[in-house]
Amino acid sequence: MRRARWLAPAGLYALLAALAVIYVFPFLVQVSTSFKTDAEAAGNAVSLLPQTFTVAAYERLFLHSDFPLWFANSAIVTIAVTLGRVFFDSLAGYALARLRFRGRGLVFALIVGVMAVPTVVLLIPKFLVLNQLGIYNSYAGMILPLLVDAAGVFIMKNFFESIPTAVEEQARIDGAGTFRVFWSIVLPMARPALITIIILSFQGSWNELSHFIVATQSPELTTLTKGVASLASGQLSQGTQYPIKLAAAALMTIPVAVLFFIFQRRIMNRSEGAVKE
Amino acid sequence: MTLAERAPRRAGKRRTRGSRRGEGTAGWLFTLPVVVILGLFLLVPVLMALWVSFSDWSGRGSPLAPGVGFIGLGNYGEILTEGGLATRNLGISMRNVGWYVLLVVPLQTALALFLAVLVNRAILRGRGVFRTAFYFPSVTSSVAITVLWLFLFSTTGVVNEVLSWVGIGGPNWFNDPRGIVHIGLSVFGVDSGPATMTGSDVLGVSWWDWLAGPSVGMSAFILMAIFTTSGTFMLLFIAALQNIGPELGEAGMMDGANAWQRFRRITLPQLRPTLFTVLTLGLIGCWQVFDQIYTGTQGAPGKTTMTPAYLSYQAAFADQKWGQGAAISFILFLIIVFFTLLQRLLLREKGGRS
Repeated sequence: MRRARWLAPAGLYALLAALAVIYVFPFLVQVSTSFKTDAEAAGNAVSLLPQTFTVAAYERLFLHSDFPLWFANSAIVTIAVTLGRVFFDSLAGYALARLRFRGRGLVFALIVGVMAVPTVVLLIPKFLVLNQLGIYNSYAGMILPLLVDAAGVFIMKNFFESIPTAVEEQARIDGAGTFRVFWSIVLPMARPALITIIILSFQGSWNELSHFIVATQSPELTTLTKGVASLASGQLSQGTQYPIKLAAAALMTIPVAVLFFIFQRRIMNRSEGAVKE
Repeated sequence: MTLAERAPRRAGKRRTRGSRRGEGTAGWLFTLPVVVILGLFLLVPVLMALWVSFSDWSGRGSPLAPGVGFIGLGNYGEILTEGGLATRNLGISMRNVGWYVLLVVPLQTALALFLAVLVNRAILRGRGVFRTAFYFPSVTSSVAITVLWLFLFSTTGVVNEVLSWVGIGGPNWFNDPRGIVHIGLSVFGVDSGPATMTGSDVLGVSWWDWLAGPSVGMSAFILMAIFTTSGTFMLLFIAALQNIGPELGEAGMMDGANAWQRFRRITLPQLRPTLFTVLTLGLIGCWQVFDQIYTGTQGAPGKTTMTPAYLSYQAAFADQKWGQGAAISFILFLIIVFFTLLQRLLLREKGGRS
């Protein structure tokens, strides 16, 4: 019995460690390859230490490609979308949780309904509507459709329903208007839920690809996802040029990775609330 | 809140609506941005695309312009029954995504559950490190992961190099259109199917080709999907496992059940709701696979990584066959709805959970 108890954890750790290596190794290879020469990347893919260390790939990306522009575009869209979602999702979530108004059921039904529509069905129609509205190929067309999301409204609504109303009631009695109550009393209390929204919308819009494919055309509006995808299919380069592609992929991962490590604990636990339903 | 507190408020509401006069207006103002944007960019587009799928719109001008004609089920007929290139393309893409779903969904669910059970061992120290390692691939974008995958699975890439250490000559992954079931059969000397299977076809693809299995190229995408999603689903399973009290497991131990029996008979039934969530999310995601194909292969080699989502995009944006593209996306939509409902039915029935 004692022997088994001692052995089991050792076996468990060995298994976990082996699996962890499989999960992490690709990313280590990615980073190390980005510092290799083209020839070495093709000839010796596995080694984690470049024989001839070079930053040529990064130099090329930053000085001789549109990569900085792509990065800026992704940043603009992501920041705008994240701010928009934080504000509009919580505003709507609050109204659905607390305010009584005619048509509330209808609004809620709309939000639940659109959550069920798979994004792929929207590829063509989104283009049609953007075109019709005259905002195809513009920042407005990139940002507006992503500016609110049904899932975010849902999360905020659930959160507001879980906190007591006493403080709000008091403020109301003191004569504060509905928006005042929302802005200066309710919103500050909603920090945990807002952080969830920030994480989801930052990650979602930074990693978004299909919407930008159908919303834009001109090179000046290319985002990181679209730009790096074009790198992958071989534009801008002859031959395989793995170091450049992997450097670009690694760089575009940094912002979401940073976000992930800052909010790690919360991300790891966020699923709890989602499943308990 | 206690009942005593709640009661006067309700009574007050019934008596004087006036005290909350602004509420109706505020409610609409607060939800207006969400309603307008979701309506404009989700609801209207779906209706518009539905119209386009029944029309002969050529991509010029507005699909709502007077010159655009209603052709009924014409587009659906062309891709479903006419047997031409459009039908065959749809058939091939359905074959590809069918195998993709069939392999990815069970494997990612099983792996996620396996990882969750391992990581969740109560005595385990350093569990945070493992959890992070398994989850990290889920945060990266599909584009970045695809770029990495193209490198790992290139002819002289990491995977083939590691395989060569144990004496296996790896395939030319993303350039190999052979189906893995066909490869498996050819080992036993079966290189072509019986006439009954090659002679008749569904959606322009013969039975023999339907059963080809995912191509070697598609298999690399299957491995990628499992790699990137298992971490997310692992988190869901961990959360569910932590909600299960140890009492039942301990009782089982008393009764002499071994670890596997305890897992199978005690833990697994309690995970049913989470299992349902994971399978549903997995199914919905898999049927729609697009980003990876757009970034990596554009359907090559030999159309074996063509998926309905990518086909729909290509038909509309590259070939200007907007009606067909929209029709494909609605067929896909119906398939997703069908499988979600079917699965709900199966899992609910069996579980006896009311």
